[in-house]
Amino acid sequence: MSAARGQRAAFRRRQDLFRWVVVTVVVLFFLAPLAGSLDFTTRDAGGHRSTQTWSTLLDVGAISSRYPDLQTGFLASAGLAVLTPAIMLLLLVPTMTWVRLRVPGASRLVEFLCLLPLTVPAIVLVVGLTPVYAWVTYFLGESTIWLAFAYVVLVLPYAYRSLDAGLRAIDVRTLSEAARSLGAGWLTVMVRVILPNVRTAVLSASFLAVALTLGEFTIASLFSRTNLQVAMYLLGKSDAQISVAVGLAFLVFSFVVLFALSFAGGQRGAVAPLARLRRPRKEPS
Amino acid sequence: MADARLRRAFGGRRPSGALLGVVPFFAYVTVFLVIPTLVVVFGAFVGHDGGLTLANVRALGNPAVTSALWHSVILSAVTAVAGAVIGAVLAYAVSTGRPDGILKRFITSLSGVLAQFGGVALAFAFLATFSAEGYLTKLLTSAGLNSNGGLWLYEWNQGLMLVYLYFQIPLMLIVFLPAVEGLKPQWREAAETLGGSTFVYWRKVAGPILLPSFIGGLLLLFTNAFSAYATAAALVSQGSPLLPLAIGNTLSSEVVLGQENVGKAMALEMVVVVAIVMTAYVLLDRRASRWLVR
Repeated sequence: MSAARGQRAAFRRRQDLFRWVVVTVVVLFFLAPLAGSLDFTTRDAGGHRSTQTWSTLLDVGAISSRYPDLQTGFLASAGLAVLTPAIMLLLLVPTMTWVRLRVPGASRLVEFLCLLPLTVPAIVLVVGLTPVYAWVTYFLGESTIWLAFAYVVLVLPYAYRSLDAGLRAIDVRTLSEAARSLGAGWLTVMVRVILPNVRTAVLSASFLAVALTLGEFTIASLFSRTNLQVAMYLLGKSDAQISVAVGLAFLVFSFVVLFALSFAGGQRGAVAPLARLRRPRKEPS
Repeated sequence: MADARLRRAFGGRRPSGALLGVVPFFAYVTVFLVIPTLVVVFGAFVGHDGGLTLANVRALGNPAVTSALWHSVILSAVTAVAGAVIGAVLAYAVSTGRPDGILKRFITSLSGVLAQFGGVALAFAFLATFSAEGYLTKLLTSAGLNSNGGLWLYEWNQGLMLVYLYFQIPLMLIVFLPAVEGLKPQWREAAETLGGSTFVYWRKVAGPILLPSFIGGLLLLFTNAFSAYATAAALVSQGSPLLPLAIGNTLSSEVVLGQENVGKAMALEMVVVVAIVMTAYVLLDRRASRWLVR
């Protein structure tokens, strides 16, 4: 008996050791470039320590006067981070609900179209979107904000999977029939019955859309629009320190948000789009 | 066009008012997804005089294009394999800890951010660290380990691989963690009761169960690296050693006439590769999800 317990304990100790060694090595690799960035942004021209870069970054007035690109890019990305999830939700939630209720025959086609962007990398999408954006520019003007149309396509597969899982978990048909029989119109069904029931899925889909939007470079750069990433790229050529500092601040901020969310019962891996592709787990039978 | 497709989806039945509800979605997807896809597919076969031609597809045989494709495939394959192995070991290590412990929260949150951290910021962070002025380069030089002053960072088969690993490993952790967490302790106990060693357990029980998830993750990592543009664009300023960079080049340079449609042919080539890998992924994932029931 005690021999078996001794064996267990030895196994545990080996496992603990293994865990700490692996985690330490990988985390060191993860932290090296971040430490490099921190080191780089806290040096002045003479190689001495200085907090110049970071204090400039905190000074909104200095940023907007000395780095107009950064200001433009930041504002554009902020706008995109609102517009992209908004269009995505307006497009997907009603359509997916409606398809479940009234036109179930179209569900395979909707799924196919939503997952199609997985096989179309952003760089390929740019090639195909060039003529389409010529029209967008013609009708709506050249503002960066219209990139949101393309970003919605990029988030489509991940948002679809999230919302599909949410809608699958509730009985859309019964809920809407109950509401309809009590005299609710379709709008009421959508806003007051369906939406509150899938709010977790809606939140995680929107979160993904925001994360993807803030990190997008390919489309914006090739269409010569300035969003946050493009601004960082442009700045990297003139004032690399500020650019690296913005990147680092952005990363630390996202990490703090995610880490806090993990305690608030947020969903695991919510920001990595590709991870959300996994099919929803089947219920144990 | 969308109408005909819709009608086919309903097996030829008469469209009713219910169909109106899905019109906005189909209209949007047609304009921003279907048309761009068709532009790429058909553009690949159109010459700059507007007639049908195979010249663009033939141009894919150019040494510059084939080497770009080859580099892309090697870069994606190497970083996918290395990222998958390291990420899987890390996932297993994390899964042996407490399920709600700080360590797991820390690693998953960090990975969630880093898997998304590709692009400009990542390229600059590596430049700040490993370029001639970077602190690790100085550290290595003073230790006598570094000879060429950080130039290796710009090479597609050296620096870029390291940079790509930086977002591949976290992605593998996130994708693979649910699979290793699905391993039930009872399975190991059962193997032990029947006299199996740790090796036998991994060889006969855990290995076969995890294999589809592992290969699925590997394929996902491959497409992730294969379609990445931003990181390479920010790091490589001369030439276009990778397929995405070559495509980007045909868009921004207006030097050679008709080059545009060669870009579409390259884009089509890329879609074909990604589509094959993604299809394999979907099939494998279906197989893998069988064991994910908890």
